[in-house]
Amino acid sequence: MQTFDLGKEGLRALNSSLHALKGQTNMTAWEVINPKGAHAIAAGVDAPVDITVRGSTGYYCAGMNKQATIRIKGSAGPGVAENMMSGTVIIDGNASQYAGATGRGGLLVIKGNASSRCGVSMKGIDIVVHGSIGHMSAFMAQSGNLVVLGDAGDALGDSLYEARLFVRGTVKSLGADCIEKEMRDEHYAILEELLRKGEADHKAKPEEFRRYGSARKLYNFNIDNASSY
Amino acid sequence: MSDFPRTPPRYSATFTPAVNAEIRRAAATGIYDIRGGGTKRHLPHFDDLLFLGASISRYPLEGYREKCATDVWLGTRHAKKPIHLDIPVTIAGMSFGALSGPAKEALGRGATAAGTSTTTGDGGMTEEERGHSKTLVYQYLPSRYGMNPDDLRRADAIEIVVGQGAKPGGGGMLLGQKISDRVANMRNLPKGIDQRSACRHPDWTGPDDLEIKIMELREITDWEKPIYVKVGGARPYYDTALAVKAGADVVVLDGMQGGTAATQDVFIEHVGMPILACIPQAVKALQDLGMHRKVQLIVSGGIRSGADVAKAMALGADAVAIGTAALIALGDNDPRWEEEYQKLGTTADAYDDWHEGRDPAGITTQDPELFKRFDPVLGGRRLKNYLKVMTLEAQTIARACGKNHLHNLEPEDLCSLTIEAAAMAGVPLAGTNWIPGRNGGW
Repeated sequence: MQTFDLGKEGLRALNSSLHALKGQTNMTAWEVINPKGAHAIAAGVDAPVDITVRGSTGYYCAGMNKQATIRIKGSAGPGVAENMMSGTVIIDGNASQYAGATGRGGLLVIKGNASSRCGVSMKGIDIVVHGSIGHMSAFMAQSGNLVVLGDAGDALGDSLYEARLFVRGTVKSLGADCIEKEMRDEHYAILEELLRKGEADHKAKPEEFRRYGSARKLYNFNIDNASSY
Repeated sequence: MSDFPRTPPRYSATFTPAVNAEIRRAAATGIYDIRGGGTKRHLPHFDDLLFLGASISRYPLEGYREKCATDVWLGTRHAKKPIHLDIPVTIAGMSFGALSGPAKEALGRGATAAGTSTTTGDGGMTEEERGHSKTLVYQYLPSRYGMNPDDLRRADAIEIVVGQGAKPGGGGMLLGQKISDRVANMRNLPKGIDQRSACRHPDWTGPDDLEIKIMELREITDWEKPIYVKVGGARPYYDTALAVKAGADVVVLDGMQGGTAATQDVFIEHVGMPILACIPQAVKALQDLGMHRKVQLIVSGGIRSGADVAKAMALGADAVAIGTAALIALGDNDPRWEEEYQKLGTTADAYDDWHEGRDPAGITTQDPELFKRFDPVLGGRRLKNYLKVMTLEAQTIARACGKNHLHNLEPEDLCSLTIEAAAMAGVPLAGTNWIPGRNGGW
């Protein structure tokens, strides 16, 4: 375990050291102390490294992550794991706006609540939120899975494409073109796996969730749908 | 009665035949008109400026003997690896999706041969473009289609697109006809849908967030890449100032003459400002902040010739970008395809239904049969020739003004032909020392 004191050594030195790990295949463990809400902690990592951040982070922690497992032992600021490609990001606390925005792969686990626009424009990432999510989550979500053990705020899945949204609690309102859909066997299987990977299998069962997805009515512009936009 | 002269038919200046035709079209279809390109209305433009040339008070440089440099550095503020271009005419961002793969390849070939950069667009980076572009600017757009850290790192610069001149405040649009398997795969979307790109970035809002976003992108790319911020010409003084405050290395400012792959005609024609009005405000913002020439300014929107290049630079730009002109150089709207334009209900030099994907020239299409018509090697050569001509023209003017570098052109080399241009460009009306609005606020 390598310990990096962000307060003393600075962000550039941290990210530079983590980027230098590209190409290595050995799983190494890093610990970042004194994050103090700094932005862009462990952004752009591309190695199978295990990074634990002891404290809360600012904007864009784990941005564009590839391969790494990044654990935040606190809460995360806006845009955590934005555009993540692969790997895993696990937040013990809450996540601010845009968690997992545009993520293209990997798994984002938020053990607390997530704020508005969680999973906005997601493109293949899987997101598991143990708590609730805020308004406009999964806006224009293209693909991937969003699993919410708690409730969802207003306009869930507005203008979404092919992403799957699973919510156990209440949904305050659905956004344009988002509808409830039938749960089939393949969806229970997806949920079972994601709950396990997201360290939530002891908290919820797949059959407790409802699935939401695109009605696909807005895929091609039709003037009769203008009032939906 | 018949011997009396009749009042001849008189068209309304308000309800012109074109206006009436649009009313009828709207009434018949119930949907607004969508098209490509930039504004088609007449606007104050570079044509309304003239160079004064040297005389007794200034010495000209000899055209074929004395050097007039054209190179430009971009990204010198923060980037470890700023870009050095031989000429200050760059290729603006145009997407794979809007354009065919061979067309993107041709842009890369032409730009590289002429010593300048080309730019990706909404839809990600293609191998054709990266492979054929010595210097490639990678756009970071609200849609984030195809965005990934590997492409960020193999780009030579990153352009954060906040807006574009054809539609400041608007998102992108690519209609289903052009969402081929390859385009759909790159954008992670179902094939054939009408794809809408968001008008705002998904993970930041406002200038304070932008500063953090720029910092993140610098961290991901180890502070190597110049970071541009592109804005549509709407509030150029404040947008430029805020981009500088957020840490941009380069501000890209696109006037309303700048083109788009597709958007509503009402947006193209009624939102934004002409580039002539934008440049002085952006330059003033840079000067007020003490950042003119430190943060470089690239301007675009209606650049057609070396004269336009020289005029933009005389007003204070460091470089320009061309999009529509580059497509025309490749062969877009060429009269050789007139018969086919007629079949589409249009004519050469007026074709703008790029979103339909039926471009006879094989450039703004994803139809493999159509883009077979386009030879990327020949297209690249034509673009190189055109860029060289623009550069020679700009040098000709600069030498006549006694300048040994295009960057030494200045507003004092210019006069305006119209009161409007004088007011917008901040250049005196020809034959006077009058700049409307000066000394009385602007």
